[in-house]
Amino acid sequence: MKNYRIVMVLGLLLIGSLVSACVAAPAAAPAAEEAAATEAAPAEEAAAEKPYIPVISKGFQHQFWQAVKLGSDQAAADYNVDITFEGPATESEVDKQIEMLEAALAKNPAAICFAALDTQAAIPLLEEANSRGIPVVGFDSGVDSDIPVATAATDNLAAAALAADKMAELIGGAGQIAVLVHDQTSRTGIDRRDGFTNRIAEAYPDIEIVNVDYGAGDHLKSTDLAKAVIQANPELKGYFGANEGSAIGVLNAVTELGKVGEIVVIGYDSGQQQMDAVRSGAMAGAITQNPIGIGYKCVEAAVKAINGEEVEKVIDTGFFWYDASNMDSEEIAALLYQ
Amino acid sequence: MATAEKVFSAPRQPILRSNAAQKLLAFAALIVIFAVFSFLSPFFATPENIVGILLATAVNGVLALGVTFVIVTAGIDLSVGTVMTLSAVMTGLTVSLAGWPVPLGILIGVLTGSVAGLINGLIISRMRVPPFIATLGMMMVARGLALVLSTLETGTIKPIYFNDVPVFRQLMMGSILSPLLAPVAPDFNLPNAVLILFVAALVAAFVLAKTVLGRYTVAIGSNEEATRLSGVGVAGWKTAVYALGGTFSGLAGVMIASRLNSAQPALGVGYELDAIAAVVIGGTSLSGGQGTILGTIIGAFIISTLTNGLRIMNVPQEWQFVVTGLIVILAVYLDILRRRRM
Repeated sequence: MKNYRIVMVLGLLLIGSLVSACVAAPAAAPAAEEAAATEAAPAEEAAAEKPYIPVISKGFQHQFWQAVKLGSDQAAADYNVDITFEGPATESEVDKQIEMLEAALAKNPAAICFAALDTQAAIPLLEEANSRGIPVVGFDSGVDSDIPVATAATDNLAAAALAADKMAELIGGAGQIAVLVHDQTSRTGIDRRDGFTNRIAEAYPDIEIVNVDYGAGDHLKSTDLAKAVIQANPELKGYFGANEGSAIGVLNAVTELGKVGEIVVIGYDSGQQQMDAVRSGAMAGAITQNPIGIGYKCVEAAVKAINGEEVEKVIDTGFFWYDASNMDSEEIAALLYQ
Repeated sequence: MATAEKVFSAPRQPILRSNAAQKLLAFAALIVIFAVFSFLSPFFATPENIVGILLATAVNGVLALGVTFVIVTAGIDLSVGTVMTLSAVMTGLTVSLAGWPVPLGILIGVLTGSVAGLINGLIISRMRVPPFIATLGMMMVARGLALVLSTLETGTIKPIYFNDVPVFRQLMMGSILSPLLAPVAPDFNLPNAVLILFVAALVAAFVLAKTVLGRYTVAIGSNEEATRLSGVGVAGWKTAVYALGGTFSGLAGVMIASRLNSAQPALGVGYELDAIAAVVIGGTSLSGGQGTILGTIIGAFIISTLTNGLRIMNVPQEWQFVVTGLIVILAVYLDILRRRRM
């Protein structure tokens, strides 16, 4: 019996190493990068002064955050600082993010870039950073307090209002529309919903928003949800999806119900599926933020703060409307990620 | 704990009788829900919306089929959601990136699920790790691997799209039944997804009710010790049950990839709970020993019908959670009441 168990454990180890080998072999590119990093390691002693800036985001596995990471990495290379980029698996894991912030503070960083899931929950730690003279730079949804020396973010309210204007224009200023948002608790969810619905309420009295719902940014759930909404509102003329998953859900629903062309779909952010849909006309257009810019600007602001330079309090990283007509222009194409 | 006689009479008389009641109850509930929504909204009972409900049931229904077997052994499988995602990513890698033939990619997706299930089963039956822990671990491992594998194309985590293989989407969204249905119901454009769900359910029902594997699944759940003492190789059969459960997750992975025309590596967490809810609403007891595939399918339909109907009625999502939660509790309570009476 005992032998048997040992065999089992060995077997599992074998499977584990096989899996890791399989993973490692095709992943030669990242491995090479790591190798490059280790080569650079001997230089570490000389560069012992290289400032360390942890970047704590609201996620890492979605493409948007990968684009933010790309920008941060770029800035780190340009300004010769060390960064780490991490974020919780979902945007509801406030506790995980707080732990990351605690761990980051323990490493005595030169500055911190932080996109708070819940500002209130993070306040004690941010005050600690403040009292230890560690500059905090907010990004994306930012940090809702006076502590951050700067915040690099999209004005989501204004961006969603632009989506509302485009929607009104495309449906001829009157009719029923619906809104699909990722969640009702995060700052971006709230701002994009309110930015859109408030603009419609103020400026377009003949447009009725018949449904505002939340699909967790999950592509499948958002699809089934949007389908039900379209079924319940046969007069629907337009549908706004407030993040990538929501927009794809709306797009799938409209496609599956054969209503492409009848319902104006407006999305948010990019990703290959949305870009293809915009190009083909199934999606009228979308709002893009500047995720690479967000990542770059926050690290840049942190470096400036470390060096005692003056930083702008609010760094608007901008947003743009893109559709089939302008998406291949140099200005827009640089902001879209696949 | 059941007595030895119960094991040896399983899955015959007592189980059949009790399940008939629960099945009837669940089915009646589904009919009532359907009738109420049809009455409340003219948009609910339209052919298109009914197809929508059927389609929305497909992925969760297939996951729930696998979970049924596991729960009947008195086990649990928390890994089905992320194993589904891992399978979707494997199909994406092979079909879309490596350009392998679609049927081969589908097979690899399904087998990925089987292997994950097999490993679950070995850890549980041979290493004696409790199912909750073993499958919790697998849930995280599969989630991580799905993300790692999705970076192979570009170095960053990224969905894998099937735009180069349009035929892959037809697997779920095409309709081989349409020409057959056209004379009777021309509006009823039944996608293949629904067909796959029902074929998978028929296979599952056959395995559970008519095969040795099904019989031992019930016996292990009724009384594992007695089953072992009567000379059955419990560890082996248990492993087979988890492998079978994983296979259904693999199938679900191929299905979700086809429906979304992409393998989304960040998806899948939380799907296990919907699947478990469907199984429980369908009358399968979490303490094992009884359960039916028909019940599970009805359970899955109750969840998707409720979600769809409440949405059609414009009920806010917060309340949809509340209602679904109450129904799960009610279903289990009725099950307990019924058993007390026996």
